[in-house]
Amino acid sequence: MITREDVEHISWLASIKIEDEEKDEFVEQFNSILEYFHQLDEVETEGVEPTFRVVDLANIFRDDVACPSLSQEEALRNAPRRENGYFKSPRIV
Amino acid sequence: MLAELKELLRAGSAEEYLSRLFEKIEKSSLNAFTTLARESALRRAREFDKKPGQGLLAAVPIAIKECISTKGIETNCSSRILRGYIPPYDAHVIERLKAEGAIIMGKTNMDEFAMGTSTETSCFGPTKNPWDPGCVPGGSSGGSAACVAAHEAPCSLGSDTGGSVRCPASFCGIVGLKPTYGLVSRFGLVAYANSLEQIGPLTHTVEDTALLLEIISGHDRRDSTSAEKGSYLPGLKDGVSGLKIGIPKEYFGEAVGEGVDERVEKAVWDAVSVLEGLGARWQEVSLPHTRFALAAYYVIAMSEASSNLARFDGLRYGLRQGEDRDWHTTFSEIRSLGFGPEVKRRILLGTYALSAGYYGRYYLKALKVRTLIKDDFLRAFKNVDLLASPTMPIPAFRIGERINDPLSLYMADVFTVPINLAGVPAISVPCGFAGHLPVGLQLMGPHFGEATVLRAAHAFEAATPFHEAKPEVV
Amino acid sequence: MENVIIGLEIHVQLNRLQSKLFCGCSTQYHNSEPNTYTCPVCLGLPGSLPVLNRKAVEYGIKVGLALNCQIEEETLFYRKNYYYPDLPKGFQISQYDFPLATKGRILIKGEDGLERDICITRAHMEEDPGRLVHAGTIDKAKYTMVDYNRCGMPLLEVVTEPDLRSPKEARAFLDKLKSILEYLDVFDGSLEGSMRVDANISLRGGDRTEVKNISGFKGVEKALSYEITRQKNLQRRNIKVVQETRHFDELRSITVSIRSKEEAHDYRYFPEPDLVPMRIANWVPAIKATLPELPDAKRERFVKEYGLTDDHAKSLTSEIKVANFYEAVAAKAVPRLSAVWIADVLKGELNYRDLGIDAFQAEHMVEIVNLLSSGAITEDGAVEIIRTLLDKGGSPQEIIEARGLGKAGDETVKKAVREAVAENAAAIADYRAGSERALNFIVGQVMKKTRGKADPGEVHRLVKAEVEKV
Repeated sequence: MITREDVEHISWLASIKIEDEEKDEFVEQFNSILEYFHQLDEVETEGVEPTFRVVDLANIFRDDVACPSLSQEEALRNAPRRENGYFKSPRIV
Repeated sequence: MLAELKELLRAGSAEEYLSRLFEKIEKSSLNAFTTLARESALRRAREFDKKPGQGLLAAVPIAIKECISTKGIETNCSSRILRGYIPPYDAHVIERLKAEGAIIMGKTNMDEFAMGTSTETSCFGPTKNPWDPGCVPGGSSGGSAACVAAHEAPCSLGSDTGGSVRCPASFCGIVGLKPTYGLVSRFGLVAYANSLEQIGPLTHTVEDTALLLEIISGHDRRDSTSAEKGSYLPGLKDGVSGLKIGIPKEYFGEAVGEGVDERVEKAVWDAVSVLEGLGARWQEVSLPHTRFALAAYYVIAMSEASSNLARFDGLRYGLRQGEDRDWHTTFSEIRSLGFGPEVKRRILLGTYALSAGYYGRYYLKALKVRTLIKDDFLRAFKNVDLLASPTMPIPAFRIGERINDPLSLYMADVFTVPINLAGVPAISVPCGFAGHLPVGLQLMGPHFGEATVLRAAHAFEAATPFHEAKPEVV
Repeated sequence: MENVIIGLEIHVQLNRLQSKLFCGCSTQYHNSEPNTYTCPVCLGLPGSLPVLNRKAVEYGIKVGLALNCQIEEETLFYRKNYYYPDLPKGFQISQYDFPLATKGRILIKGEDGLERDICITRAHMEEDPGRLVHAGTIDKAKYTMVDYNRCGMPLLEVVTEPDLRSPKEARAFLDKLKSILEYLDVFDGSLEGSMRVDANISLRGGDRTEVKNISGFKGVEKALSYEITRQKNLQRRNIKVVQETRHFDELRSITVSIRSKEEAHDYRYFPEPDLVPMRIANWVPAIKATLPELPDAKRERFVKEYGLTDDHAKSLTSEIKVANFYEAVAAKAVPRLSAVWIADVLKGELNYRDLGIDAFQAEHMVEIVNLLSSGAITEDGAVEIIRTLLDKGGSPQEIIEARGLGKAGDETVKKAVREAVAENAAAIADYRAGSERALNFIVGQVMKKTRGKADPGEVHRLVKAEVEKV
C-alpha cells in the first residue's frame, strides 16, 4: 500500500513537484496500478535468470581516437540561460 | 506504392508533389503533424527536379515521428518540456534515409514521450483517426500512421516500445513493422524504454515496408546494441507455401483481460484462412506466460523511463521559466510544469519500482518473468515459422473514452507488449473491418526472421483488397 | 591515533587516454574555453548513446593488477541515478555489482614506522560529471555556471577499507597510489582535477562524516586534521557527531556542512541497458605481461643493484620520471654519489623552484657527478652549477669556466698556503699558544686567496703541515 508520504518521498527522489491536490489522486492511481503489478507474484521464478537485454552481445568497443567536438555555440544553442560560454544553473544551496 | 511514386517523381515534379502534400496538410483537421519542414524539404525537391539522384528513395517525402532526432528541425516528443529543442545531429535512421535521397517533410504527433496507446497525451492535442475523426488513431505513433492513412505522406517512421507502431497501423488500416531488437540503430531515438524499443516504418504496402527496412536497418557503431542487417527485398514474393503458422491460444477469446471484440476475431480468423488457402498450415500453440506480459512490460518500461527522462531539467535545453531558486526546487518545478500527467505517473512509479527495498519485488521480478515470456516464444518457434494474432483486441476507441482510466488504456496493449519483451519482430497488416474501423493482423517471427514475416505479410496482402481501402477524408 | 578510522574514495582521471570513456571527444580539455569539448553523447542530449573506449578498460585492468586486485571475469556498467546540475543525463554510468577489480592492497609505512598493507575494496570505472563554477563560495553564490568539458572523462574509482589511522597515513597512501598510477602511465597527476578524494572519517564509537571532492593531497591532510579536531571537540562536549556529507573549503581550511538531503539518496542502480557486458578474463595474462616494474620492486632493486640506502631508494623511486633519470645517470657515473646528489640536492633545488625533473638534463648530472668524483670541483661548486643550470641554463663546462669554479690545482693551493702562512705570523704565534681558531683563520685566508676553489679539508691539512714546518 502506497501512502501519501511514499508519494512525497518518490516525488523528491524523482525531482518532480507534486501539488497537494494531486497527491491523493496519485495515491489512488498508484495503488490500483501496483495491485495490477502484483500479478507477477503468482509467477514461479525460482532459478530463472533475469533478462536485462535481449541481445546476447558482449565486448562492444570503440578505439581510443579523439574526434572533433561540437563548437561552443552548438553546445549552447538550446541552453535556456547561459553566460560567458557556460550553462547558467540555479544555485546549489 | 513507393516504387510507382519514385517513377512519377522522376517523370514529373517532386516540388509539385510535395507542395500539394503540404497544401493538403494545411487544410487537414487530423492534427497528424507537429512541424512541417517546408523550406528545407521544398529546396531538396527543387534540387532533385534539377538534377535527379539515384537513391533508393530519391525525392520521396517521408514523415518522422517527433521523438526521432532531426538536425535543425525541432524535436520535442510532443512534450512541453522539450518545446523548442533543436538537435545538432541527425538520428542514424535519418542519415540513412537522406543518403538514399529521401526528403524529410516534417515531424508527426505522438503520445508524450511515447507513453500511450492513443496519441491523446500529446501536448499538441490528439491526432484524429482518418477513418473516424471521433476516434483515436492509436499510439504512440498516431501522427505517423494517420498521415500515411490519409495520404498526407507516402510513408513515415514511428517507434515501437510496447506496440506503438503496430497499434496505430492496425487502427489506421496500414502496414507497420517493429523490427527485431537491435536491427535498427537507436542512435538519435529519444529514449523511453531502451531495452524494449525499436524504430519501425509505417507504409501503405508490405513492399514499401521492406524497402524502408532495407534502408534503415543494419549495424551502427554508435549503438552498442546494434546488429547486422539481413536482406528483405529478394524473396519477398516467394509466397507462403509450406509455411507453418502458430496461433497462440492465449491471444483469443476469454483468455484475454477484457476479451477480444468478436468482429476483430472474425477478421483475423478469416485472414488465417486466406493464408491457408495460399499454402500455409496453421496449428494451435501456447505461450503460457502471456497474461503476465502487461505487468512485466509496464514495470520494466516505467523503470527505464524514470531514468531516461531524468535528463529533462531545463538546464541544457527545453522549458525554463520564472526565477531560479535552489537547483532542486527549480528542477522539480520545471519537471512538474513540463511533463503531462501520464508521463509523471510513469516516472514516479518507475522510480518506486527501482527504489531500495522494491527493486527485487518489481524490477528484478519483471525481468525474470520476461525471461519466461521470451522462452515461450523460443519454444513456439521450434515448431512453427510464424505466429499470428490480432494486433489489437479492439478497433479504435473514441477520443476521451479511456484517457481517464490509465489501466484500461494499458490493457489494450495485451497482444503487442509480449513481442517487445521477447525482442522478436512483428508486423501489422490490415485484414478487415469492425464496422467502419480497420482491423489489423499481427504476424510475429523469430529473432531476425523479418524476411519470413514480410514474405507472409506480402502474400496475404497480394491476395486481399484491404491495403487499397481509403478513408473518406482522402 | 588508534581511535581514528579513515577510509578513502579516490577518483582518478585516466587522462593519458586520447578520448573520453563513452564518446570520441578529446581528453585534452584542461585550460580550454568552457563547453568546447562536448558532443551529443557526453552532453547527454536526447537520443544519444554511449560506446565504450576499449583502451580505458585495458587501463582499468592494468591498475587493478598493479594494486594486486582480482579482476572480474564478466563486468558490466550500471546507472547510478541522481540529480545534480553537473550530471547531464540525470544518472552517471558507473559500476555496482561485479566491478572491474576487487580485494587489492597497497603497502605504506604507518604512523608507527612499520610497513603495513592498506586494503582496497574495489576499483571500478565510471564517467566524470561536469564542473561547477560558483559565483562566490558554494553556500553563498546566487547562481552556478556549468562547464561540461570534463563530462564523460574516464574515471577509475579506488575505494579503500577504513584501514587508515591518521591524516599522515592517508597522505602516504595517496602518494603511493599516485606513484603507481604514474608508473603505469595511465594518468598525468599534474593536470588539474586529475585526482579527487572523498574521505570518510570517524572516531571509534562515533558516526562517520564524509568530506567530498577534495583536490590535492595537502587538502586531504588539512581536511582530515580539521575533521578529527572538530569531532574530538564534539566528543569532549558529549555532542553526537552527525552522520553527514561535508565540503572542504580550501580558502578557510575548514569543512562545511552542505546540509543537503543527500543522506536520503537512493541511487536505484540497475544495469545500463545501452551497454553490453565486458568479458575480459582472457585479457588479463597479456596485460599482466606488460606491467612495468612497480615502485616497491624498483626500490628493492635500487638497494640491491646500486647499493643505496633505503631512504635514498625510496626518494628516487617515488616518481617514475626521477627513477628513470637516476638510472640514466647511474649508468655513467658513480651510483651512490649520484643518488646523494639527485635525492639530497637536485630534488630540493627543483622543489624550491616548483620544477619537475624534466627541467634538468641527465647528461649534465652525469658530468657533475664525474667532476666531483675526480676532485675537479668542490661540493659548493657543484651546488652552484646546479642552481645556475636551473636558473639560467647553459652547460656545466660553460659555468665552470665563466665562474672559475674549477678546483684550484695543487700548485696554486700550496702557493696560497705558503703565502698565507708567511703573511700571518701573529696567527701562527696564537696557534702555537694553543688557539685552534687561529689555524682556522689562516685556512680562511687561503680560501679567500683561492676564491673558495680549494677543498677546505685539504687546506686545513696543508696549513697545519706548513705551520709545523716553520
